[in-house]
Amino acid sequence: MSSRRDFMGMALGGFTALGGIGALYAMKKSWDPLPSVKAAGFTKIDLSSMVENKLAVEKWRGKPIFILKKTADMKKDDRDLIVGSDRYHLSIGLCTHLGCIPAYKPDDKKFLCACHGGEFDTAGNNLPGLPPPSPLEIPPFKLEGTTLVLGETGPEYQKMFDAGITV
Amino acid sequence: MNKELKIFAVVAAFTIALYWGVEPFAHSQMHAHVDGNGLVYDGKADIAYTSKDKVKAKKAFWADVKTIAALKGDVTAGEAGFATCTGCHMDGAANMGGVTPPILDHAGALYDKNYLIALIKDPAMAMNTDHKFTGTRTHPMGSIKAMMTDNQQIADVVAYIKAKKAGEVTPKEAYVESCGRCHANRYGNSTQLGETPKFKYKKDELAYQIKVLEEQDLIKAYMGKIPPDLSIIYRARSHHFLETFIENPQSQLHGTAMPRVGLSENGMHKVMAYLEETGDPSKPARDALGPWVLLFFVIFTILAYLWKNSLWRDLH
Amino acid sequence: MAKFEKASSIGEWLDQRIAVETLKKVMQTEYWIPKDINFLWAMGMVLAATFGILIVSGIFLLMYYQPHVDHAFDSVNYLIMTEVGYGWLWRHIHGVGASLVFLIIYIHMFTGIYYGSYKRGRELIWISGMLLFVLFSAEAFSGYMLPWGQMSYWAGMVITNLFSGGSLEAYGLVEWIRGDYVPAQAFLTRFFMLHVFLMPLMIIGAIVFHFGTLRIPHVNNQEGEDFDYAEAAELYKAGKVKESKVIPFSPVFLSKDVFVMGVYFVLFFYLVFYNFSFAMDPVNFDPANGLSTPAHIYPEWYFLWSYEILRPFSKDIGLILFAISQVIFFTLPFLDRSPNVAPASRRGLFKYWFWILLVDCLILTFMGKLPPTDPTFASIGLVSAVIFFALWIALPIITKLEKKL
Repeated sequence: MSSRRDFMGMALGGFTALGGIGALYAMKKSWDPLPSVKAAGFTKIDLSSMVENKLAVEKWRGKPIFILKKTADMKKDDRDLIVGSDRYHLSIGLCTHLGCIPAYKPDDKKFLCACHGGEFDTAGNNLPGLPPPSPLEIPPFKLEGTTLVLGETGPEYQKMFDAGITV
Repeated sequence: MNKELKIFAVVAAFTIALYWGVEPFAHSQMHAHVDGNGLVYDGKADIAYTSKDKVKAKKAFWADVKTIAALKGDVTAGEAGFATCTGCHMDGAANMGGVTPPILDHAGALYDKNYLIALIKDPAMAMNTDHKFTGTRTHPMGSIKAMMTDNQQIADVVAYIKAKKAGEVTPKEAYVESCGRCHANRYGNSTQLGETPKFKYKKDELAYQIKVLEEQDLIKAYMGKIPPDLSIIYRARSHHFLETFIENPQSQLHGTAMPRVGLSENGMHKVMAYLEETGDPSKPARDALGPWVLLFFVIFTILAYLWKNSLWRDLH
Repeated sequence: MAKFEKASSIGEWLDQRIAVETLKKVMQTEYWIPKDINFLWAMGMVLAATFGILIVSGIFLLMYYQPHVDHAFDSVNYLIMTEVGYGWLWRHIHGVGASLVFLIIYIHMFTGIYYGSYKRGRELIWISGMLLFVLFSAEAFSGYMLPWGQMSYWAGMVITNLFSGGSLEAYGLVEWIRGDYVPAQAFLTRFFMLHVFLMPLMIIGAIVFHFGTLRIPHVNNQEGEDFDYAEAAELYKAGKVKESKVIPFSPVFLSKDVFVMGVYFVLFFYLVFYNFSFAMDPVNFDPANGLSTPAHIYPEWYFLWSYEILRPFSKDIGLILFAISQVIFFTLPFLDRSPNVAPASRRGLFKYWFWILLVDCLILTFMGKLPPTDPTFASIGLVSAVIFFALWIALPIITKLEKKL
């Protein structure tokens, strides 16, 4: 009779485990970011009022976003956003070293991170020989005329993403 | 085994008795049961429950309504008469005498024909709030009594509303048009001024909040208090209570300032659907998941029984 | 220091260090339970399972609940019910579980009373069980405050007022309990602390103690029979399971518990999905309003019997009787003077005592929810309350008269 006992015990155990998986799924869902958090993950920014060489900082998904209208003498880069005849630098303003917020130095035309001395140029590329391992990250964006929608993926962003410019 | 079933029967009987006592029985003693009138607006309850001196006037009023309802309304003629209404009932109208006039885009679909007739004839009587308008106090819509006196004209206007303002209406529109000017619904993101927009700047948000407070002050002055937020009224009151209350507020809460709204069957259905949507949003998910969870535990119980039997078989 | 040899398996490694084999024997395979029992003996494990469910569902509610008078109501009714994935499920499970845990506690209690499982060495089982009842009551009450609806607020107001002690007029004590003149922010936050930390901690401690008190006197059986456990255990271990009067806790006793739990869970989840209003009072879906008392206020059903003892009397007498009723069950092992451990059906007058007590508590419960304005119901309530105390006064006398079996 022992085999029947074992079989029934295992059948019950297996079935209970199945229910356990269901319960774990519900728990996982309860732990997810709330729909309201996700719905708030889109920010619209008007580019037309930007001033050259003056850094604008906006907030998107709780993170600082850098937008810099580039002057003509700044080096052109594949990372730039081109709107009409203007070029913009757009990035998540967190140093790729350990996540501090770099400050923009308009006179030197570069970003300096005070935490560990990392530096980035006006295209967000990390300058060699310093702690940051990679350029500033670019948030997903979509261009609607002169309005920038952060959080949505437009063709310009897709191109950068495919080219491996940002992750 | 037999003995266990007997013991179970005793435990179950006491449990059921306990449940009966604290739920159905207790609630039947606490709340008087009120029957609806099947959304027929004939003034029956109004006449039955009014003070003696008003019986005659109410009887005459509802008899008139019945007479007008029997007239054949002319939709084309009614359109001209309807222009009288849109002077106040327009999109973006401001508060008038305590309440913002509702837009009438779906009035034909939302409200009952007899009720509309009664409303044009005498708003306070139709709403069964005539007890509020004594002395010099007049109903905010009271002027209509002087503006539309001809029975045939009333029949025409109502015919026009029922024919031309009766488009398909969503539950949310039904709620906004018939309840939303007095009742906020914060879970539905609306105040007495309608849906609350998103603001980028705190200053704009506060300015809007002040506008809402001002509107609420006007309503409070008119109603006596700010009507409750209806976000989860669906769970705070029963479905039956809400239906009979909306049909005739005086029946459940004597002396209340809440006017009768005169919802038709379609209107009531839509309004209740919206109240359920904001008040009990998990119902669809409950209904979808419930059978599966129960099925799981039924199978679990069967398996547990077989396991138990395999272990206990040799014990006796 | 103990000598450790190299272990050949993980089981052995653990056994060397924390004696898992002995632990398993003591707690499971050689924890002997009498064989002559019925499904009512499963209520302990059903309670443990329900408590587990309350903790798990409570964890997920705690992740989103906001103990602030301005946000508590909406965090429960909007955030958890609409936004959080399966938040509604945790809330319904928590609400229904909190109600059903008392149903099972009462069944468990009256089973103990019926079979005399509170005396002759089992006094501490009873007392620790009653302690658990009191702790669960405090846990339920503090939890009831958290949604901050009308019932939360007014229950908080009325119950804390009880501590003014009637004519003692100890309003300072009431304010101290509330941390304010009325139930407000300080009150909500401290009851939140009690509900999610102190009470659960004490309950867990009391459960361990309750289990501990069972080990030496052993679980009672259907006939109250006293037999030699060591002898019966030897018979079982020798394979003579038919002749033995005991079974091991695990897996044999547990298998029956699991089956009973299954039946219970079917009911539990039926209520969670389809009939939850009894555990989540509609009135509490109106936000707390300190300027308007609801037309009818009443406690949850499991407090109704003692609430009804409070109601029919004048303030001071009502309070004293209410206080006595809260602790009177603790004294059961000492008021019962009979030497017999046997089911009530074989115990002469005690048989009637048991059934009258049960029905009386049921009637008190019914009356506790009805409006106090109805004179018929008020009289029934008064008579039932008098009978309740008469029963406890009569208990030592009728049990003294009882013949030894």
